[in-house]
Parts: sequence; structure tokens; C-alpha cells
Amino acid sequence: MLDWSPIILTLQLALITTVILFVISIPLAYWMANSKSRIKPIIEALVSLPLVLPPTVLGFYLLIAFSPESAIGAFLNDVFGLKLAFSFAGLVIGSIIYSLPFMVQPLQAGFSSLPSSLSEASFVLGKSKYQTITKVLIPNIKKSILTGIVLTFAHTVGEFGIVLMIGGNIPNQTKVVSIAIYDEVESLNYSTAHVYSGILLAVTFAILLLVYINNNRSNKSSK
Amino acid sequence: MIEIDIHKRLLSTAGDFNLKISCAINEGQFVSIFGSSGAGKTTILRLIAGLTQQDSGFISVNNTIWFDATNSINLSPQKRKVGFVFQDYSLFPNMTVKENLEFALNKGQSKDIINELIETIELTDLQDRKPETLSGGQKQRVALARAMVQKPNILLLDEPLSALDGEMRNKLQDYILKVHKKYNLTTFLVSHDISEVFKLSDHVIKLENGSILQQGTPEELFLGKKTTGKHTTLGTVLSIQPSDIINIVKVLSNNNIIVVNATNEEAANLSEGDKVMITLKTFNPVIQKDLRYTQDG
Repeated sequence: MLDWSPIILTLQLALITTVILFVISIPLAYWMANSKSRIKPIIEALVSLPLVLPPTVLGFYLLIAFSPESAIGAFLNDVFGLKLAFSFAGLVIGSIIYSLPFMVQPLQAGFSSLPSSLSEASFVLGKSKYQTITKVLIPNIKKSILTGIVLTFAHTVGEFGIVLMIGGNIPNQTKVVSIAIYDEVESLNYSTAHVYSGILLAVTFAILLLVYINNNRSNKSSK
Repeated sequence: MIEIDIHKRLLSTAGDFNLKISCAINEGQFVSIFGSSGAGKTTILRLIAGLTQQDSGFISVNNTIWFDATNSINLSPQKRKVGFVFQDYSLFPNMTVKENLEFALNKGQSKDIINELIETIELTDLQDRKPETLSGGQKQRVALARAMVQKPNILLLDEPLSALDGEMRNKLQDYILKVHKKYNLTTFLVSHDISEVFKLSDHVIKLENGSILQQGTPEELFLGKKTTGKHTTLGTVLSIQPSDIINIVKVLSNNNIIVVNATNEEAANLSEGDKVMITLKTFNPVIQKDLRYTQDG
């Protein structure tokens, strides 16, 4: 009998990460699309770091930060009672940092593609920034939002190195599908590894297929 | 009374220059800001609306200070309550025509104004359509209606008609005049079209390289004197035909072809395609009420 818990855990992690990242990324991407601040290049570089950095590097630093011996880890443990190393909460934080560019960059591109007179028209009509973002800008960058959500979800499903570093291999806690596959292959249990891999392949392909079908449709209708 | 004293350094392709404008406008006036492109016309509207920051000076509207550099007062665009019609219309693509107007409502404002505007600007048939399905002229009307929803005192029009063809232009000019009078607005129009400025405005500010070259009534500016008993219209020479001792000159003016007799001396100065001014002595004109305006007085 197949153990479904790694699959459920993976989907949970991907869903929670995507929701939190969406909420964080909207204001961040709006700021990045409109700001002329001097620190903007620094923020942009930081956001994009996970694209080029090996996940193990990120995982290594997070592991050190989360450890109860470090200042941050000790603070979280003493004040909030949070133990982030080798826990699901730690995985969520790791995934958020790791998938940040996949959500922020499509949203930033979406915001930048809208003419600035659109938000100016809204400001002149007395509407606040919040109202302008939620009622005018977001509804007009639906495609970028969909891209951001799907890429974030799929990228989180596929993460491995960072989970291995900060999560380890604890069933129902940190043992996501990618880790489970590695585990099964190591113990020469190829048939289970096949099933997990097949499911992962099918799910991610189906998601991407839906996105591209949708993209092609909206391209046709706007012509 | 609207008092404007603007000073802003502008960067342009032709090099940096200073926008330095100072003028006082009476309430209810239709003001045209006229000048070649790159003279800073649009920037003036943006400064009045608060969309661009000026370097120094002040803007005060009916004794309320909107901007004052020395006292660091700068009202946000949200608080200035102006109607702004952008050059690219800037309708919200995700909303229908009616939703675009409803979005513009103030909190708690009655929806009556929406129906009134839909009627005045004749949008009834378009109200459930999305902006992408509208023609340029229709979008323009929606943008005009949307700018009026909050009943602003000041209406800012940024070359609203530049993308439209002749007949549509005329019609929209009529809508703009109608709205201007009905809602008792002070209107600022940016334009580089003399006939448009002539038709609409009662005060013209002529800009060059960021400063006021001339200002006054359209007649004063473009004709150089106050007119009496004369009507002047502008046009383009289509053809000059010698006929016995005179010449018959055909002139295109506001979509009408006017035939004028010219002496050989007069015709010698003219050639086809010349921009001309025709002055008609109006000692016995036929005058009639314009039926297009009778519904709303």
C-alpha cells in the first residue's frame, strides 16, 4: 500500500507557500514596479538570488539561522516557542524565500506593463493606493497573477535541496515527495519511487498544460 | 479665482528647460493652453492635478491652497478633486462603461449623477460595453463622463481630440462645451489646433519653451486685434482660378468649401495649400437659434 502522506504534505506545503507569497508579493511587486528609490536594485538582487544560488547554500544558511544556538533561532525559541529547524513551519519559511522570485517577477512585469495613467486616473478620482491596486490594477494583470501562482506552486512542489538541508526526512513533518523519492531510491525500492515520480510528473504537467491552454485562449479572444 | 505660479525644471529630448508660468484664471473660464509639442503643456495640467511635483511656486484655487513650496503644502491628487481626461483616455479595461462611471463615485454619493451623465453625453447604448469594444470617440465621451462624476469645479483636458477625425472632433467639441456650461466648470484644454482653440476657449495661454509667450482672448492672440462686426474663420486654399479680371479662390474651412473672389494683387500672394484667414463683414447676417442647444438651455 502506497504511503500518501508525502504527496499530501507536498501539496500542503505548496498551497500554503503560494498563498502567503501572493499576499507578500503584491505590495512588493507594486513597489518594485513603481519605485525610483536608490535601494531598489539591492532589493531586486535579493529577490532574484534564489534563482541562481544553489538551494543547498540557502538551506545551509537557514539551518544555521534556525538552530537554537544562533541568535535568531534562540530568539524565536525563547519568545515564540518556535523550533524551525526540521519542522514544517521551517519548510514553509524556506519555501517562501526559495520561491519568492517566481511570484514577484511575473507580478512586477504585470504592474509595469500597465500604463501609469491607469493608476493616475484612479488617484485623480480620489481613490487610495489600496483601492487602486485591488480594484483597477489586479483585475487587469490576471494573466501575470496566474503565471506567478502556477510557477510558485510548481516550483515549491519540485524543491529538494533546501528541504533536505533544513527539513531532513521526518514522516508527516518534512518528508515531501521529492525527499521520499530519494529515500526510496536509496533503499533500492524502485517501484515506489516510480509511483511517486509518475504522480509528480502527471500533476505538474497537468497544471502547466491548463495554464498554456488558458493563455492561448485569452490571446485569441483579445485579438 | 485660480492662481497659478509654477516653476519646474523639465528634461526633454531637445535639452533641459524651465517651465515658468504665472497666471490668474477666473472661475467659469474656458482656458486653452496652446503651443507646439514639447512646450510643457501637459505638464501644466499634471501639476494642477498634483500628478507631478513642481519645484517651487504655488497653486491656489478659490482661496484654498493646493500647493505652496514655501509652506510645504502639497495636496495629494486624491484631495484636489479635479476632473482629468487623459490623452489615452485611461478607461479601466476590466469594467464596463457604467462600472467605470460608478467606480468614480465618492463614498455615499448618489447614483443619480451617473444616469444624468449617461443621458447628457448620450452613452445609453454603450453603458454595458467594455472599453476595448469602443471607438476612439466613444472612449473619449466615456472618459469625459467619468471625469465629471464627482462634480469637480475644474476640468483638465489633455489633447482629448487629437486622435479623432474631423466630424467626430466637432461633435466632441460640442459635448465638451455642453458639459462646461452645464456644470459651471473652469476648464483647461491642452491643444495645438488653432480652430479647436478658437471654437472652445475664451482665454488662451500661448506657450513657448516653457514660458507664456502671449495670453488673452483667441481673437486677440490669433487676429491681433479685437473684432467688431466681422467674423473671421481659418482655412486652407484648395484652388485659385483666374476668371476675367478677378480670381476665384476655393478655401476649405471647418469642412465647408467657401468660394471667395480675389483681385490679381491678392491672388499673387496666395498659392494652393496656404493657410488663410477669411474675414466676413457681418453687417447683415442671418441669425437663428442653434437647435442642438435648446434642450438644456
